[in-house]
Amino acid sequence: MEKNYMKLEFLSKSSNESFARVVVAAFASQLDPTLEELSDIKTAVSEAVTNAIIHGYEYREGIVILESTIIDKEIVITVEDKGLGIADIEKAREPFYTSKPDLERSGMGFTVMETFMDGLEIESIRGQGTKVRMRKKFNSLLDKE
Amino acid sequence: MYLSVEKHNNNLLVQLKGELDHHNTEIIRQKIDKQYFEHRIRNIILDLRGLTFMDSSGIGLVMGRYKNSLENGGKTIIVNDNAYVEKILKMSGLLKIISVYPTIEIAMENI
Repeated sequence: MEKNYMKLEFLSKSSNESFARVVVAAFASQLDPTLEELSDIKTAVSEAVTNAIIHGYEYREGIVILESTIIDKEIVITVEDKGLGIADIEKAREPFYTSKPDLERSGMGFTVMETFMDGLEIESIRGQGTKVRMRKKFNSLLDKE
Repeated sequence: MYLSVEKHNNNLLVQLKGELDHHNTEIIRQKIDKQYFEHRIRNIILDLRGLTFMDSSGIGLVMGRYKNSLENGGKTIIVNDNAYVEKILKMSGLLKIISVYPTIEIAMENI
């Protein structure tokens, strides 16, 4: 079993959204992903980090923790904040639901993560923070054999 | 991110290039809306062909412009030939309410 791991902590600034998704894409490149697979994980990471900044910290300064583990052909990505937490996770997962409609948010964040990844788990405690765990299996190497 | 906003008769042509995420949607939204409301334009054409990245913040941006144009008796349409952008547009359900054309010329003819 091949295993690899990375961890990154950064400030909850929106300019770090692109930083976070590029880091994960670079880490995932050792799995020889297709361009589409890379786009999928970049988009999912962008959604999770954006949520941490807008909803977790509500634009206040905090730390976002990004971790990723590769086990064989699968990548697991977690995005964690120590912010406000989610009041109702089921509601938050509904397509088009947003707690901040005034900000012109589409309410599609978790739907994108669910659609573009192979698994999504959300843990959240009010007042303590949120941890989003996503996984995706890469088939590119298998397909070529 | 590169943004160009130009008035063509009753249409506002918005061309976006680069990465469209939460970090830059706010400033883009302000720039589009300023031109749209100041010049009392009816329709908005969003050219997304040059995007190399778009997440749900982009969906929010498109939805907001669609609503504005609807309230002004106009339309918002999209120019796109990019498979990645199409994937996220399709997933959001936006393609059910917004038409997509492959070129600006064809979009202008059909608006």
